[in-house]
Amino acid sequence: MAGGIKKFVVGSFDDEKVLFPAVKNARKSGYKIHDVYTPFAVHGLDHAMGLRETSLHTAGFFYAITGTTTALSGISWILAKDWPLNIGGKPHFSLPAWIPITFELTVLFSAVGMVLTFCYLCQIAPFVKKHVFSSRATDDAFVMVIECTDKTNDVEVQSFLQNAGASDVNVQTVESGWWIGTYDKEQKLYKEYEPGY
Amino acid sequence: MSLLKYESQLREPLVDGEKTYHQVTEDIIRPIEAKPSRLWYVGFYISVALLMFGVYSIYREVTYGIGQWNLNKTIGWGWDITNFVWWVGIGHAGTLISAILLLFRQGWRTGVNRAAEAMTIFAVMCAGQFPIWHMGRVWMAFFVLPYPNTRGPLWVNFNSPLLWDVFAISTYFTVSLLFWYSGLIPDMATIRDRAKTKTRKLLYGIASFGWSGSTKHWQRHESLSLVLAGLSTPLVLSVHTIVSFDFATSVIPGWHTTIFPPYFVAGAIFSGFAMVQTLMIVLRKVFYLNDYITLGHIEAMNKVIVLTGSIVGIAYLTELFVAWYGQNPYEWWAFSQNRVNINSPYGWSYWLMMFCNVVSPQVFWSRKLRRNIPFTFFMSIIVNIGMWYERFVIIVTSTYRDYLPSSWSTYYSPSPYEIGFYLGTFGLFFTCFFLFAKYFPVIAVAEIKYVLKTSGENYKRKMTDIEKADAEKFYHDEVEHAH
Repeated sequence: MAGGIKKFVVGSFDDEKVLFPAVKNARKSGYKIHDVYTPFAVHGLDHAMGLRETSLHTAGFFYAITGTTTALSGISWILAKDWPLNIGGKPHFSLPAWIPITFELTVLFSAVGMVLTFCYLCQIAPFVKKHVFSSRATDDAFVMVIECTDKTNDVEVQSFLQNAGASDVNVQTVESGWWIGTYDKEQKLYKEYEPGY
Repeated sequence: MSLLKYESQLREPLVDGEKTYHQVTEDIIRPIEAKPSRLWYVGFYISVALLMFGVYSIYREVTYGIGQWNLNKTIGWGWDITNFVWWVGIGHAGTLISAILLLFRQGWRTGVNRAAEAMTIFAVMCAGQFPIWHMGRVWMAFFVLPYPNTRGPLWVNFNSPLLWDVFAISTYFTVSLLFWYSGLIPDMATIRDRAKTKTRKLLYGIASFGWSGSTKHWQRHESLSLVLAGLSTPLVLSVHTIVSFDFATSVIPGWHTTIFPPYFVAGAIFSGFAMVQTLMIVLRKVFYLNDYITLGHIEAMNKVIVLTGSIVGIAYLTELFVAWYGQNPYEWWAFSQNRVNINSPYGWSYWLMMFCNVVSPQVFWSRKLRRNIPFTFFMSIIVNIGMWYERFVIIVTSTYRDYLPSSWSTYYSPSPYEIGFYLGTFGLFFTCFFLFAKYFPVIAVAEIKYVLKTSGENYKRKMTDIEKADAEKFYHDEVEHAH
């Protein structure tokens, strides 16, 4: 796998209130935050890390229109063109009667499409194994993982994390690959007065 | 700091006791790691026995035909469709709790949403059985699916409310399942990371999809939950609306009513919440989850019950009024003779329904009774019975006397296999629910942690101290200076 072995400094925080300034300072100091693993959705953390907004909901919208179009075009072709049936003297193209199914298919396409997209984007699926930096990350710890580059001194990063309030700091080397988690390439540089602080 | 959210101190805490994040994990996941209690085994085996009885009843029905059920000339829909509508209705509360209350930012949903969503899925599974077996020749069930086929271009009738049902129920089931499971993934990862045995680690590893808790994943997860909630909200309204169309679009007196869609939806939420109450009261007791499913939760759900019960009551009266005011003699006959008249063959069921659904929930205006657990449990059963009778009244009292007195049927009573089938769906429901309670976290662990610091009892207490200090400081700085 391209990339070889990568080195990470892992700091576990016990409280999200300590984590936020730590994330801010890490970015200020120019450290490359690989990811922050939390046991629940910590609101504002994505902004604090400089991640861009997700466009998953936009994808959901497009799946929804696909559902609407499929239903309307399918039903009108079937009932008005392929095999027009006289049902109680109703017109072949009886749009009002098709609204329920059109609605259901809109919702169905949108929901299924979004969930699949979500799994694809996060690269999660049954039997997928990702590297776990700290098993406490799904319990009660907020785990900040800083990637060591050529210029980073890991001793320095460790003491930085300790000073920032991390309760446990260690260094881990992992063979790089998508299974260590997705690194967001669009992480923005730190700017003062960002939303999320 | 974006994290510090203000929540009024007047609000009851959503999580009782001195809890930390770790304690929450411990409390909720412990029942999964421990051996099931004897009570669990007893309940589970009773459910499986009921399920087997149901399987046998279905075997009879499939082998000997639908005549095994005591349906007759005019009552073509009896217990089967009554049970179908009843089970679908029960399913609705789960979606309501997880979707509508999420959109309305109701924090108390976090304690009950997971089990309620599971209830939805199992209830819809039970509901779906009835129309399928009602088809009689069940091996032809695939005829309801529209696909290019070799039987000539024989398509389904998209103008038929019964086909709308097919789409509505299958979509509802799929979306509920996705919503439920996507919420479960992070909690499965929590169990995986705590697992002591190899099997558990492997199984929950598969079930957790490799979830790591990455911030970006959480961000997408939140977006997904919110949109799924936004989709489920109109979906849940549409499903029971479509179910009501099965009746409302017909011309049978007592069915041909424009009020049906909203009235069915309100009834569904009403009966669904009653079932949630039944299950939650048992769950909190059996798994020692009183700190998470608090009296406040029970009370909040009772408030929903009194609201939807009142809506249902108004709907009954409106329906009755319109039947009289509409001046349609057949419609008025269906109401005045078949239902309201206590001396008519099914008059008792109408008044039983009226008592259970309209009169009895009104007791929940009393705060004392809303917070009384045994009483709530009793009431939840009453409401479930009442809502079953609502569907029974609609179906049977409208069909047993049709336009032709010569085909008026005699008193309809279900056959043992019809009853057996109904009991069988109870077996299916509770078998699934027992397995769910054993192998899945019955409370959304990650979501409880999310509300813990704003709504946990110990954190609220701390916040009160900070607020008191703030208020004193404010008084000192501002008010003193002003004087």
